[in-house]
Amino acid sequence: MAIIRDIMPAFELYQPANTDDALSLLSRHGKEAWAMAGGLDTFDWLKDRIKRPSVVVDLSQIKELTGVRPMGGGVEIGALTTLTEVVRNPTVKEKFGLLSQAAELVASPQIRNQGTLGGNVSQDARCWYYRGGWKCYRAGGNICFADTPTAINREHAILGADRCVAVNPSDTAPALIALDAQMVIRNAKGERVVNAEDYFIGPGTDIMRMTVLRPGDLLTAIRIPATWAGTHFYFEKIRDRQVWDFPLVNIASAAVFNGDQIERIRIAVNGVAAHPVRLKQVEDAVTGKPRNAATADMAGQLAVQGAEPLRYNGYKVPLMRNLVKRSIRGVEEAKWA
Amino acid sequence: MGIVEWATSPWGQDVPIHISFLLIWVAAIAGLLFLIVHAIWARYFARKEEFAGATPPQVAARIPAEVPRHSLAARMFHWIMAAAMFALLITAFLPRIGVQFAWVTYHWIAGIVLTASILFHIVHATFWMDRWSIWPDKADIEDATRRFKRAIGQAAPPPRRFAKYPLENKMYHGVIVLAGLSAVLTGVFMMFRVRTGFLPRNPYLFGDMTWGLMYVLHGLAGVGLIALIMVHVYFAIRPEKLVITKSMIFGTLAREHYLEHHDPQRWAVEGSQSARASSAD
Repeated sequence: MAIIRDIMPAFELYQPANTDDALSLLSRHGKEAWAMAGGLDTFDWLKDRIKRPSVVVDLSQIKELTGVRPMGGGVEIGALTTLTEVVRNPTVKEKFGLLSQAAELVASPQIRNQGTLGGNVSQDARCWYYRGGWKCYRAGGNICFADTPTAINREHAILGADRCVAVNPSDTAPALIALDAQMVIRNAKGERVVNAEDYFIGPGTDIMRMTVLRPGDLLTAIRIPATWAGTHFYFEKIRDRQVWDFPLVNIASAAVFNGDQIERIRIAVNGVAAHPVRLKQVEDAVTGKPRNAATADMAGQLAVQGAEPLRYNGYKVPLMRNLVKRSIRGVEEAKWA
Repeated sequence: MGIVEWATSPWGQDVPIHISFLLIWVAAIAGLLFLIVHAIWARYFARKEEFAGATPPQVAARIPAEVPRHSLAARMFHWIMAAAMFALLITAFLPRIGVQFAWVTYHWIAGIVLTASILFHIVHATFWMDRWSIWPDKADIEDATRRFKRAIGQAAPPPRRFAKYPLENKMYHGVIVLAGLSAVLTGVFMMFRVRTGFLPRNPYLFGDMTWGLMYVLHGLAGVGLIALIMVHVYFAIRPEKLVITKSMIFGTLAREHYLEHHDPQRWAVEGSQSARASSAD
C-alpha cells in the first residue's frame, strides 16, 4: 500500500543539457531510468515509493525540446513545451485552437505552468488501485482490482477493456489525434515518427504501458500538419470539479463543413478506454451527411456500440453518446437519453 | 530472482502471482542445449540400433506395403492440437519478449481449440484406439534397460523391436499430457478472469493464493511446453525420424521400416497373422 512521504527516495539524478546526452543516459540505464519532464506525474510515483527508478533523467534543462516552430504550414511543438505556452502561442491558437482549448482545460494554471505537452500525453493511468501500489495487472500482477464485483470504478473504462479497466487521463491526447498529429520519438538508434492515434496503446497490446515508448525512447516533439488548420473545432471536457480535475470523458473533433454538409471530420474521445479512442466508424458514417440532429443522433448511437460499463460507470455511456452528438451538431444537441 | 513472483494481497498475505518470465529463456536455452547435445551424440557417438531376433518370413510376407499407423481422426487431432499449441505459445510468450500485439483474445480462442481437441482425443483414444499402446509397459522398461547397458558398454542381450511406439515416444506423450493438461485446466479457470463473452467474469471464484498458484502452474506448464515443443519439432525433422513424421501426415509407415523397427507380436497390423481387429490405430 502506498505510503506518502515528504521526502524523495534516493536515486541518481541527471540533468542533461541536450537531447543527445539525455538519449545516451536513457540508453545506458534502460529500464532503471525514469525520464522526467514537468515532474507532475513523476513525483507522485516516486514519493509514494511505488515506482523506484535508480536513475532519474530530468529533461527540464534541454532547451531544444521546448517551443513552437512553424513547419510546412503546420507546427512542431517541442515535447517539453509547457501547457501554458501551448495555450498562449498565437499560431497554435489561430490555426489549431482545438489544442489550445484542450491544453487550457488541463488541471490548474500552476500545473499548466509546470506541466509539459509531452508529459501530458505520456502520463500514466490514474486508476487509484494502480496508483495505490496494489499489484494489479498494470503493475505486473494477475488481477484488476477495479474490475471486481465490489470495486469502485466510477472513472474507469467502458470500451476496450482487456483485463485492466484503467483509462487514459490526457486532455491534449484526443485533440492531437483529431488534428492528425505525429509524435517524434528518438532513442540512441535514431528517430521514428508515429501517428498520434498509434502512440497510445491499450492493455491488450501491453498492459504495463500507456504509450509506444519503450525504455530508452524519448518523445521529443509533436508535429501538427496543416491538414486541419483553421477548421471547425469542438472540445469538451466533463469533470467532477470544474476548477481542477481529470476528465471523466472528453471529446475533440476537427471538421470541415460544406454548407450544411460534413465534408470531412476527425473525432477522438478520452477517459473511456485505456487509450484515447479515435471514432473512425463514426467519422465514416457522418462524412457526406448533413450536419443535423439525425446525423448527430446516429453518430452518438454508433459511438457507444460495444460499450461495456462496469458497476459504477454506466453514466459514461450516455455521456459519451451526448458528447459525440455535440461534437457534430453543437451544444444544443445535448440531451440525456 | 526466484522462479515465482510474489505480491501482497489486499489482506496482507504474500501470494504468488506468476512465474518469473526469465524462465522463458531458461526453457528455450534448456531445449536448445538438449538439441545440441543430442545432435552431437547422434552424429558422433550413437551406435546403430540392434534388435533381438527377426520377424519370421511367413509373418513378414503378410505385412502390407503401407502399414497403417495413424487414422485420419488421429492425424487431424494431432495437427489441430499442434496448430493450437503453436498459437498458444506464440500469443503467450512473444509479447513477453517484446513483440507487442493484442494477444489475449487469440490466446483464449486457441486454448478453447486445444481443450476441445484434447477432449476429442480422450474420447477417441478411449473408445476407438488401442489406448494402452501409448503407455509404457514392462517390456519397454526391460528393453530400455538393455539399451542403456549396451550404450555404456555393458553386456546385455539386444532389446526387442518396438511395439507401436518406442519408449521415448511414450515418455514424451506422458510429459506432454502432464504439461498440456496442467495448462488447459488452469487456463479454463483463468478464463473467468478475462472477458470472453461466454463465461461470466468472476475474479472471486478462488482466493488470492489459489489464483496465484493457478497462474504459477499455468506458467510453468507453458514454459515447459516451450522446451517440449522444441524437442518434438527437432525429432520430427531429424532425417532418421522423417518416416515417422510422414506417417503423421499420410497415415502409414513403409513396410521396410515397420519390419526393421517394430515387432509384429507387439504391434499387430491389419493383414498380419497376429492382427487384432480392435487395434486398428
